[in-house]
Amino acid sequence: MNLKRYREVILNPLIKENPITLQILGICSALAVTNNLLVTLVMCVAVISVISFSNLFISLIRNYIPSSIRIIVQMTIIASLVIVVDELLKAYDYETSKKLSVFVGLIITNCIVMGRAEAFAMKEKPLLSFLDGLGNGIGYSIILIAVATIRELFGAGTLFGYEVLPLISNGGWYMGNNLLLLPPSSFIIIGLFIWLIRSVKTEQVEEDDFELSKHSTSPDLTKREINV
Amino acid sequence: MFEHYLNIFITTVFIENIALSLFLGMCTFIAISKKIDAAFGLGVAVIVVCLITVPLNNLIYNYILREDALTWLGIEGTNLEFVELISYIGVIAASVQILEMFLDKYVPALYNALGQFLPLITVNCAILGASLFMVEKDLMFTESVVYGLGAGFGWALAIVVLAGIREKLKYSDIPEGLKGLGMTFIIVGLMSFGFMSFGGITL
Repeated sequence: MNLKRYREVILNPLIKENPITLQILGICSALAVTNNLLVTLVMCVAVISVISFSNLFISLIRNYIPSSIRIIVQMTIIASLVIVVDELLKAYDYETSKKLSVFVGLIITNCIVMGRAEAFAMKEKPLLSFLDGLGNGIGYSIILIAVATIRELFGAGTLFGYEVLPLISNGGWYMGNNLLLLPPSSFIIIGLFIWLIRSVKTEQVEEDDFELSKHSTSPDLTKREINV
Repeated sequence: MFEHYLNIFITTVFIENIALSLFLGMCTFIAISKKIDAAFGLGVAVIVVCLITVPLNNLIYNYILREDALTWLGIEGTNLEFVELISYIGVIAASVQILEMFLDKYVPALYNALGQFLPLITVNCAILGASLFMVEKDLMFTESVVYGLGAGFGWALAIVVLAGIREKLKYSDIPEGLKGLGMTFIIVGLMSFGFMSFGGITL
């Protein structure tokens, strides 16, 4: 096991195999918490720690888990870790924990954690699995933090609650875009991010699951032939 | 009395739609919505599992976990709320497994239709989310039955509608990078804005 493999495992999930934009994992709990950068950061730290440690522990006992009950075993490990995170958060930062409400609990069913446990930790060595968890957690956080920054900065004119763009209501010049403060806008921002990433990394573009008729006169078809 | 239950049902289906207003179960929502048939099968499976697990978890919360809940056993001063998450997910995983075995044995036709979706449901946050919101809302047992039905029905409605839109998308000329996942995200965003318009309604 050389150094290159370690580097691959931790760097690949950042953009190249990003859990949110390519693997469609872990979107569930992501969207409702991104209107405030501070809350998002807390959520990201929670997810990163749960996913890395669940990968580590599952990988440690991977040879002793019978495959017929592996889902329940994985669930139990993940649920215990989430309970630890939830209780810690309630003890040290009660305000944020109230804001996150059920979304900390929902890390259990966050498919990133299950997905990585199933796809990686069940096969690989503990240290490597831990790094894979770390990489995927960070890949998830990059998207979340980018979305939260856009939403808080242009929606409310603040970052971490400090005013960056002075709002008109406070005597400044910036008119806050209230649309960005509504949860559905994060879907549209993520959609545009995917477009951005796929314009650069064209190998991620999805194939059509249908074929254009040979006699189609769509201008699109001629364009494609030139591309080929 | 009937009005009260109808009120809960309509609120959960439209105003607090579990997929489009609370954003739960998004991974499967986006991954399995390419075809209407598959979306419909998954939707029905979610309705059934929600209808079973939400009331079950309601009983567990009210008679075992909540503060001083064990007084019916003569034990005072207990508060087991910290094992809430692990018990709910246990109940969900177990009922999905039992449902799968039951269908396999007694209703093979339904099993063939739903079978492949059932394991997916254990990790669907819509199910766990419905149980957690049920606790937050502090519902009674009969209310929780209606809530479970409404939550599942709302999710199923949303995924079938999304699958319908995605099938029609074949006819549109989408920029290369936006094809598939990117476009789906934007459509879900717009649908979700649409569902927000139910927000002003008070029943």
